[in-house]
Amino acid sequence: MCAVRGLTKTYPAVRGRRGTPATPEVRATDDVRLDIRGGEIFGLLGPNGAGKTTLVRQLTGLMRPDRGSVEILGHDIVRHPERASRILAYLGQESTALDELTVSLAAETTGRLRGLEAARARAERDAVLEELGLTALAGRPLKKLSGGQRRLACFAAALVGERPLLVLDEPTTAMDPVARRAVWSAVDRRRAERGTTVLLVTHNVIEAETVLDRVAVLDRGRVIACDTPAGLKEQVAGDVRVDLVWREAAPLNVPEVAALRDRVVESGRRWTLRLAPEEARAVVATVTGGAAFAALDDFTLTTPSLEDVYLALGGAARQGLVKG
Amino acid sequence: MSVVPAEVLPGSALAVEEPVREAAELGPRARLWPALAAVYRAQLSRARVARIPLLFVATFQSVGIMILMRGVVDGGGEAQAVVAGSAVLVVAFVALNLLAQYFGQLRASGGLDHYATLPVPPAAVVLGAAGAYASFTVPGTVVTAVFGCVLFGLPIAHLWVLIAVIPLAGAALAGLGAACGLLAPRPELATLLGQLGMSAALLLGVLPADRMPEAVRFLRDLLPSTYGVDAFARTFGPHPDWALVLGDLAVCGVVGVVSLAVATWAYRRAAVR
Ligand SMILES: Nc1ncnc2c1ncn2[C@@H]1O[C@H](COP(=O)(O)OP(=O)(O)O)[C@@H](O)[C@H]1O
Ligand SMILES: [Mg+2]
Repeated sequence: MCAVRGLTKTYPAVRGRRGTPATPEVRATDDVRLDIRGGEIFGLLGPNGAGKTTLVRQLTGLMRPDRGSVEILGHDIVRHPERASRILAYLGQESTALDELTVSLAAETTGRLRGLEAARARAERDAVLEELGLTALAGRPLKKLSGGQRRLACFAAALVGERPLLVLDEPTTAMDPVARRAVWSAVDRRRAERGTTVLLVTHNVIEAETVLDRVAVLDRGRVIACDTPAGLKEQVAGDVRVDLVWREAAPLNVPEVAALRDRVVESGRRWTLRLAPEEARAVVATVTGGAAFAALDDFTLTTPSLEDVYLALGGAARQGLVKG
Repeated sequence: MSVVPAEVLPGSALAVEEPVREAAELGPRARLWPALAAVYRAQLSRARVARIPLLFVATFQSVGIMILMRGVVDGGGEAQAVVAGSAVLVVAFVALNLLAQYFGQLRASGGLDHYATLPVPPAAVVLGAAGAYASFTVPGTVVTAVFGCVLFGLPIAHLWVLIAVIPLAGAALAGLGAACGLLAPRPELATLLGQLGMSAALLLGVLPADRMPEAVRFLRDLLPSTYGVDAFARTFGPHPDWALVLGDLAVCGVVGVVSLAVATWAYRRAAVR
């Protein structure tokens, strides 16, 4: 239903002014190709700054790409960006346009602006607020809600006035588990009843593994992999992840430890390695016996997650993906 | 947690091609008037929630100015100008200053994305917000005008002319405010422009024009709020010249149409980058 070809966008360099440092040119979307199928929950996973928001802003007609094409349900969005608003509903990362409205008015007004008649907008508003468990908060201004509640209210607004495609930029940020569950069951219900397609932006690995049908892994503007979460994990299935936490610094005087140095991802006192099972066993034997053991605080062995997939595929960021 | 299976098979996705199909039907578009009404209602409720204290500030400022000016002006024409200027100043404060600030911040924070991804005519967003801010000034302007009439002993017989002055001066100033907010490259600049516009309306609108030097009077003629002030001031006389009143109001109307058109254009430009 959505085909993206050769999409490229570069933010120009900004010269520094007083107070604001200069920023170099950033290629935030780099020759991206994607195919999203009807009725699937498709994810964009990547650390902060990977270019997820920039990419979806081009799919929603908010930003004009430098190069490339975006076709949604047969419409050329690059040439006709205004059509995007009649095909999809977008939940952006910012809520400033709705912040001072009550939950109820935010949802109703959004429905009206999506072309619903007044009575229909009110009816859909009531149904969506009820569905998401927001009825009790209907009269409260968004500004006075907690971050997660506010996010849920914005999500409610995105659902009023049905669209075949939902584009959600980190919808569950700051939400508690109850609110998250409300979001995912609302999404699932629409998919089951109306075949709604969902494009979900996330930097949350657990979320990606549990709710997505397929996921494109984004790194520095490029799609470095695209498959089902299980399919992606198979690519590193043979590996075991070994985490070593040192008391202070790694005992580089131990030759076996020093030999690992080139293959670790270091994060403070923590070393992370992806190894074949026999290798992992050897490493554990080394660090739990002999000279290295005195420097070791803790270690864990785990099967790989999407985060390991990201790292195995050459993802550059060492932070920014979150678990849970 | 997903309970509904997608009707898709797992597999390498990068290679999937979908067959070319007819373009799907587009969802409905919001029509101008219903959309304008919806934006107006939402903005008015926003203003009520968040801006009431500022309306008080605006009104007190105008009332304070009139009290100060009572010792300076010598009744008659000057008093009329002071009362009219103070009343229109409330409109300038809210419609120009606050609206410039609002649009500047909305644009900087990415809030325009919300409207830009809804099928709503740009004019509905700009006119709805401008209309709401202009309506929001009504109580402050009326209170200021009535207080001024009592303070300076002016007739209140023709205060009904505010029914025309507020929307027309409101349109001109709100259009200017919205255009400043949407065109300024940074939100601080939008705020600054709004403040400057309001200071100009204060200094050039409230102080009696005959005492101003030529150059300043020329500036005064350039400011759209001046025509709202003059239209209102003329109605205090014993035999108001209604043709001149209409002429002044017409200037406000034209500036309003032009500035709102510019603001709409600026909105369209700011919404898609
Ligand atoms: N308006 C902008 N101007 C310049 N650079 C930007 C702008 N927005 C984002 N970037 C840069 O583009 C890259 C991608 O950003 P973004 O799309 O927001 O990433 P994500 O949503 O994955 O966190 C980052 O390096 C970011 O600093
Ligand atoms: Mg983002």
